[in-house]
Amino acid sequence: MEAAAATARAVRVRGVTPGWALAAVAFLLLAIVVGIAAGPVDLGVGAVLRALGAKLGVPGVDSPLSPTESSILWDLRVPRVLLAGLVGGMLAISGATYQGVFHNPLADPYLLGVAAGAGLGATLAIAYLPHALSGHELLPLAAFLGGSVAVVLAYAIGRAAGRERDSATLVLAGVTVASFFTALQTFVQQRNTDTLQEVTSWILGSLPNTGWGDVLTLAPYVLVTTTVIIALRRVVDVLSLGDLEAASLGIHVRRTRLALVVAATIGTAAAVAVSGLIAFVGIIVPHAVRLVVGTSYRGLLPLSFVVGAGFLILADVIARTALSPAEVPIGVVTALFGAPAFALVLRTRGGRG
Amino acid sequence: MSAIALRKVSVTLGGRRVVSEVTATVEEGEWVALIGPNGAGKTSLLRAVAGLLPCDGTVSLLGTPLEALGRRERAQRLALVPQEPRTPPWLTVAEYVLMGRTPHLRPLASEGAADVEAASRALARLDLDDLVDRTLGTLSGGERQRVVVARALAQEASIVLLDEPTASLDIGHQQQALDLLDALRASEELTLVAAMHDLTLAAQYADRVLLLDAGRVVADGTPEAVLTESALARHYGARVRVVTVDDAIAVLPARGASR
Repeated sequence: MEAAAATARAVRVRGVTPGWALAAVAFLLLAIVVGIAAGPVDLGVGAVLRALGAKLGVPGVDSPLSPTESSILWDLRVPRVLLAGLVGGMLAISGATYQGVFHNPLADPYLLGVAAGAGLGATLAIAYLPHALSGHELLPLAAFLGGSVAVVLAYAIGRAAGRERDSATLVLAGVTVASFFTALQTFVQQRNTDTLQEVTSWILGSLPNTGWGDVLTLAPYVLVTTTVIIALRRVVDVLSLGDLEAASLGIHVRRTRLALVVAATIGTAAAVAVSGLIAFVGIIVPHAVRLVVGTSYRGLLPLSFVVGAGFLILADVIARTALSPAEVPIGVVTALFGAPAFALVLRTRGGRG
Repeated sequence: MSAIALRKVSVTLGGRRVVSEVTATVEEGEWVALIGPNGAGKTSLLRAVAGLLPCDGTVSLLGTPLEALGRRERAQRLALVPQEPRTPPWLTVAEYVLMGRTPHLRPLASEGAADVEAASRALARLDLDDLVDRTLGTLSGGERQRVVVARALAQEASIVLLDEPTASLDIGHQQQALDLLDALRASEELTLVAAMHDLTLAAQYADRVLLLDAGRVVADGTPEAVLTESALARHYGARVRVVTVDDAIAVLPARGASR
C-alpha cells in the first residue's frame, strides 16, 4: 500500500511550479511599476496606476495626469519600459537556449559573438545600404545575418579547437569572433563617421527614446522566436543528454538544434538591432533562475524570459537615474553587475559541461 | 521472427573500416553478449544497430529494415544504454526517466497520463520510488546505473542494447545489475544485447556469445563453445585458464612470462 501511494504522488516534472511562476510575474510587475514611476519628472505611483486603470477602461477611474504628464507616461516611459522588457526577456531566453543546445553553461549571446556579429551586420547595413533600409524594419534582418555568421564561426572554431564538452573552448572561440567583428565594426564606423555618430553609444548598449516605433519593430520577432523556443522546451532537456542519447530517443538532433539556434539568433539579432550590445543578461539571468529554482530547461526557459524582462527594466532605471539628467549606457550597467556574477558562475560551475 | 537480423553490416569511421561484414541474428528474448578486445568494433556495431551510425548492409529490427522505420518508430522498438550515459546533475530522477517517453511523443507534445504511468512502472520495477525527487547529481554510481536502466525501460522498447553496462560498478553492484537485467528480460520480455568486458560474467548471464575481432565476427555460439583458452589467446592476446565451477565456466588470468 505504502509503495503504491508513494508511486502515485511521485512522478512529476518540476517545469514551472505555480509558486515560482507567480513570484517571477510579481517581480516583473514590480519592475514595470518602478520603471514607469522612475524618472526626472515625478508622476507618483498612485497617479500612474490610476492612469493605467483609466487607459484600460476600469470603470470609475479617471487619469489624474496633466496632458504633459500623460504624454511623458504614454510616449516616453511606457514604451521605454516595454522595450527594456522585450530586450531583456529575449536576451535571457536566448542565453538559456544556447546553454541547453551547446551543452555549455557558459554560452551567452554576448560571449558567443552573436551580439557582435549582429552589431556588425546592422552597422554595415546602416553604412552602405541607407536607402534599402530607410525604415528600421529590416535592420533586424541584417543583424540576423551578422549574428548567424558569428555563431557558426564560433561553433566551428570551438569544435576544431577542442572537444565539444569543453565549455571554455566555445567561449574562447566566441570571444575571438566577437573581438574580430567588433574591430570590423569600429573600422566601418570610422570610415563613415558622418552617418554613424549614434553607433558609439549603441556599441555600449543603450535603449533609444524613440517611443513606440522600436517596440513595434521588435515585438513580432520576440513573439515568434520565443514561441518557438518555449514550444521546444521539453526537447531542450532531451538535448542536454548529448547528441547520441537524444538521437537514440528518436530526436532529429541536427534539425532540432538548428531550429533552436536560428530562433535564439533571430531574437538576439532583433534585440541587438534595437538596443546595441547589452552584455551578460543572457548568462546571469538563467543562472540566477537555476540557483533559486533549480529547474530543468522546461521551467528555466519561460522563467528566464520573465525574469530577464524584469531585470533589464530595473537595469534601465539605474541607467536613467544614476547620473540624471545624463544617461549611463544600459550595457555598462549590466556589465557592472554581470561581470562579477559571471566570475561567480565560472567559479562554481565552469568545470561542468 | 528475429529481434535483430544483420546482413553484411559494415561501418566505416574516418576512412577506417571498424565493423566488417557482420552477419548475425538475435532471437526474441535472447541475451547475447558482444565480446572482443578493445577497438574490436563492439560500440560501433551497437550504434549501427541503433541507427546512430551510417552503415552498409542491412539491419532489421523485428522484421523491418532500419531505413523503413522513422526515428521515433525505431526508438519505440530499440533502446540504447551507452557506456557513459550523460546524467545532467540538475535533473530529477522522475524527469530523467520520463525522457524515456520521448519516442512516444510528438516533438511539441508534453507527457500525458500514459507516459507518467509507464515511468512510474519503470521506477517501481527498479525500486527507485524513494529517489524520484532526488537530482541525478546526488546519486551514487549504483543508483545512477539503475536510473539509466529505468529510463530505457520507460521507453518500452522490446530490444535493449547495453554498452558495457557494468563498467563502472564494483563486483557486488555488477552482479546486482546483471541479475536485475536478467529478471527484467523475463518479466518484460526483453531482448538484450550487451557489450561486455568481463568474460566470466558474460558466460554466466548470456545465452550466446558473439566474439568480435578487428570488426569481424570470429566466433558465435554458446559461452562454452566460444570462450576457449586458444580463442582468447588468439583474439585477446591473453593467457587464461578456462575452468568449470558449479556448472558455469570461469575465465581466469594466468600469471606467467610475457610473450
